[in-house]
This record gives sequence, C-alpha cells and structure tokens, in this order.
Amino acid sequence: MTPLTFRLARLLDARGWAAFAAIAVAAAMVVPLLNTALPAGHPLRLPDYMVPLLGKYVCYAILALALDLCWGYAGILSLGHGAFFALGGYCMGMYLMRQIGTRGVYGHPVLPDFMVFLNWKELPAYWYGFDMFWYALLMVVLVPGALAFVFGFLAFRSRVTGVYLSIITQALTFAMMLGFFRNNFGFGGNNGLTDFKELLGFDVQARSTRIGLYVASVLALALAFLACRFVVTSKLGRVMLALRDAESRVRFLGYSVTSAKLFAFTLSAMLAGVAGALYVPQVGIINPSEFSPANSIEVAIWVAVGGRGTLVGAVLGAFLVNFAKTWLTGAAPEVWLFFLGALFIGVTLFLPRGLAGLAGQWRAGLGAAFRRRPGAVEARDA
Amino acid sequence: MPDANRSTAASAAVEDRQLYLDGVTVSFDGFKALNDLSLVVAKGELRSIIGPNGAGKTTLMDVVTGKTRPDSGRAFFAGDVDLTRLDEAAIATLGIGRKFQKPTVFENLSVFENLELALSGPRGAWATLFAQLAPPEAERIDAMLERIGLEDRRAVPAGALSHGQKQWLEIGMLLMQEPQLLLLDEPVAGMTDRETEETAKLVLSLAGQHTVVVVEHDMEFVRALGARVTVLHEGRVLAEGSIDHVQNDPRVVEVYLGR
Repeated sequence: MTPLTFRLARLLDARGWAAFAAIAVAAAMVVPLLNTALPAGHPLRLPDYMVPLLGKYVCYAILALALDLCWGYAGILSLGHGAFFALGGYCMGMYLMRQIGTRGVYGHPVLPDFMVFLNWKELPAYWYGFDMFWYALLMVVLVPGALAFVFGFLAFRSRVTGVYLSIITQALTFAMMLGFFRNNFGFGGNNGLTDFKELLGFDVQARSTRIGLYVASVLALALAFLACRFVVTSKLGRVMLALRDAESRVRFLGYSVTSAKLFAFTLSAMLAGVAGALYVPQVGIINPSEFSPANSIEVAIWVAVGGRGTLVGAVLGAFLVNFAKTWLTGAAPEVWLFFLGALFIGVTLFLPRGLAGLAGQWRAGLGAAFRRRPGAVEARDA
Repeated sequence: MPDANRSTAASAAVEDRQLYLDGVTVSFDGFKALNDLSLVVAKGELRSIIGPNGAGKTTLMDVVTGKTRPDSGRAFFAGDVDLTRLDEAAIATLGIGRKFQKPTVFENLSVFENLELALSGPRGAWATLFAQLAPPEAERIDAMLERIGLEDRRAVPAGALSHGQKQWLEIGMLLMQEPQLLLLDEPVAGMTDRETEETAKLVLSLAGQHTVVVVEHDMEFVRALGARVTVLHEGRVLAEGSIDHVQNDPRVVEVYLGR
C-alpha cells in the first residue's frame, strides 16, 4: 500500500468504517425506496415533499461540517459561512437561469426574465460561461474559495482572532446581503433567482430529479465528511488543534499560523459553496436573504448543539435542529426563536461539548461502570 | 563545568558568539524595559540570568525571539545574523527555541503528538496535510520521551500532565528542533523540590550540545546549575560572574535586599 492509500484506509477505525458505510448506504437507499417503491396511501410511504426537505437538511449538514472544520478544529468562529453557502447557491442558480432559455415569461433566448424587465440589452460579462454546467460547478467552489482566501489572508495576516474575527465575518455577510439586494448587481435583486426549469436536461420539479438530487447530496455529504476526516487526522489537523490551544507556541515552533488557518477557512468555504449549490435546485430559489447574518449564526448553533470538533456532531446537530425547526415553525411558529435561543443557552451551560460530547461521556461512564463492578472489591482491599 | 566559568564571554571571537546583544533599548510608553543593554553568550555556554521583577529579563527573551522589536540596538545570532530583522517563525527556524514562563503545551494533543509537531521537517500547509511519520522520526520521539521521563505518559493528553511534567514536555518539544540556542524562562517556577532537582539534571545535560540561557528567580536552582550568572537591573547588566561572585557584589545585594 502506498502511504496515501494507507492514510485513506485509516481515516476511520474498523467500526467507524462499518458505521459510516451503513449510514451512507441507508441514507441514500431508504429514502428513495420509501418514496417510490411503496404504494400511495401506505403508512410508511414517504410523501413527495419530504424528499427535497430531507435533501435540504443534508445540504445544511454539509454546511455544518464545513463550519466545524474551521471552528471546531482551527478555532476560527466564522459567523459568515452563510455567505459562502449563498455564493455557491448563486453560482448554481445562474446556471439554472441560463437553462431556462426561451421558456421564460419574456421568452428572451439569452437574458433571464429579470434582466429583460430591467431593460438590460445584453448579458453582463460575469454571467458568461454559466450556461455550461462544468463552468458553473467550477465557480461553485472557486468563488467562495477565492473570497475566503482573500478575506482570510487579510484577517489572519493581521492576526485578527476570536470575537473580532467573528464580528467582521458577520459584517462580510451583511455587506454581501445589501449588495445582492440591489437590482444593478445583476443577480435579480430581492427576488433572487427562481423559476428554474431544467438541470442537465432533467426537469427540476420531477420526482426522479429530486431523488437524484437527494442522493447526490448524500454522496456529497459522505465525501465531505471523509475529506474533513483526512484533514483533521493529518499533521495539519494537529497543527490546527494546537493553534487553537496556543497560537504563539505554534508560531515559535516555526509553523505559519496564517497558512494553516487560511487552508482551513478556504477549504471550509468551498465545502459551504458545494452545499449551497446542492441546496438551490432542491428548494427552487436563491435570494439575498440567504446572506442574512442570522442564518450564519444559526449554523454555529447547529454545530454547538451537535458538539464542535467532532465532525459527526456537526452533522447530527444540523439534522436535529432543522427537524425541530420544521416541526416547531409548523406547530407553534412564534415559539421557534425562543426555542433556538434557549437551546443555545442550554447547550452552552450544560453541554459545552454538545451531544457528541454527551455520547462520549455516557460511553466513558458506562465503560467505567462495567470495569468498576468486577474490580470493586479488590480496589477497596488495595 | 564546561567552559562556562573559564572563558570570559565578552572576549569571545565573533564566530564563537552564539548571541550578541549590542546596545538594545526597548521602551514601553516611556518606561525603559531594556536600557542600552549589551550581552554576549558564547557557543555551548550555559548562562543564568537573574534580576528583580521588572529588570527586563522577559523583554530580553522577547527581543531575541522576535516578539518585540527594539527601539535601538541590534541582536546578532551565530556571529552575524541580525535577529531584529526577522519574524518569530524565521527565528525559530534559525535554531532558537524558547520555553515560556507559563508552560505552553498543546493541551488537547497527546504527549507524543506534542513532540511530533515539534519535529523538524516541512512546515507548509500542503506538506503537513500529506505528511507521514517516518520510522526514524518515531524513534527520535521515543528517545525524547525517555530523556524527559515521560515515556509512560505518551498517549495522555498534555492537559492532564502535572505542572512539572508540562515543563519537561515543553523542553522536550524545544529539543526536538535541535536548537543551537535554548531560552528557558523560569523553568522551575511552581515545581516541587524534587522536580526542580530533576530539571537541573536535565538542563545540565544540555550544556555543551546547545547554548542554554536560563532566566530564573530560584537561587537554589541557579546555584545547582553552577553556571556564569548575569544580573539584570532596570534594563542593564548590573553584574556578571560566578554565583558566589555576584551574590557578594554589594550592588547586587542592595538591589535584591534593599527593597
């Protein structure tokens, strides 16, 4: 085995790989089967609307994973990750807009409806190329990645850390939101991009496309998880953990704190972009409210609830909090924000390491109890 | 003791100088932490620096490691490398290791991983992403674990070590980088008597292979090292010589006892 394949094989231990494979296959298979194989009216049949809803959660889980990589490991609390998510989403949205072609309300062969409405005569240069899927995919990672790289370079080089960094990431996403709300930005103003028709020739409303998108999201989540594991189990991952504990010591050891942080932040932004790109065709719209600062704060809450610095916890937190949100905003909409606030306070006070930490404690406690029982008598004698 | 007492460092030829501070002044809001300080440490020398609080001991280390830029004066390393023009990472790569006053180890990493990060090797983000621990490197880490007496604590998170063990781990991390010059800022602060003794043995075993500068308050420890002593006061060198010599110097007595 080459060193690299050896590293890949050791990303998880044997039980970890088994659990990972079981969950990934189950998530990718069970939902489509429950949706299509069971007859209508069957009690276990998954209603059609649930497929894109679950797909949306999976995208949120990728976003949470991305934030956990830079917050939980490198200690960079970004409260602007919604911006990278939205940028990835806009890149995908631009592709989907170009696919509408003459089927828009105004039937213009090149210009999206909102541009015709604004009386624009030609396509802005930054829309070029988005009719090609590969180009759009490239932009989905490059645009958020480039923004994170430039922003991160300036911030980390000037040694902006902690709460100051969090505040300027909030400012970043807020500024982006204000920009994207403007019609002359060329991204559809406050309506954003919507009324999508086709993705790679498949009808985005069709059940089969939605299942395909869901499965693609699950695969992306699985790959993103493995990619993050690769980073955090590497020496670079240990440098990240180290700089979270004692940044100046890392510097005195000769490592560049700036480049380690920049790597984590940029990779994380790229993952967030992928999540946004998968999210947009499933929800059918992208608009500037995705940039709203509150969205980014919510992501941090998912990660905190699940347990930061564990990767698994981030995914878990994203699913649990969003299930709760869907349920509560339906059952008692006015309670949701109070619930979210209470959840955050509760987790901070009682579960500083989140649900994943709780599971670890419980397992350790249980293990200790098992060990203690047979040895208890000898221990007292000794 | 090797050379420490015999050769007077000031007269050392340029190529024998490990560290040479020339008229260094550092002021914070008008307060002169270092006041036209000059100091020479020879290669392979073990040197103790003592002085009352505020004498400028920590500022001196800050200047050498690039944390603080002096207002005037220069600091030369290994003859003619001007440290005042380099940043912390570059200085660390040159071969200057610093142990902080408060033990700073990576609490969430195991003892073994702490030493692994200190191994010399490529430091870039990509290189560390794909880095593999080679068997000889693992052996070096094992040897260091034995040297600092932590071989049975290798898998323990560094945060769970005792205070003394953290200090040794930190010294071990510095040694992994095979520094030419080792700066130890109060290595025995807060240690038990036994730990202090162990630490003195460890530091003495370093002299000769590395140039070691120890900043310390603990007189027993300084005596145990038996090295040449420099006394700082108000940012200047007040006295220099053997421990007995400086302890009998009336100016030193006044500074230490007259307050």
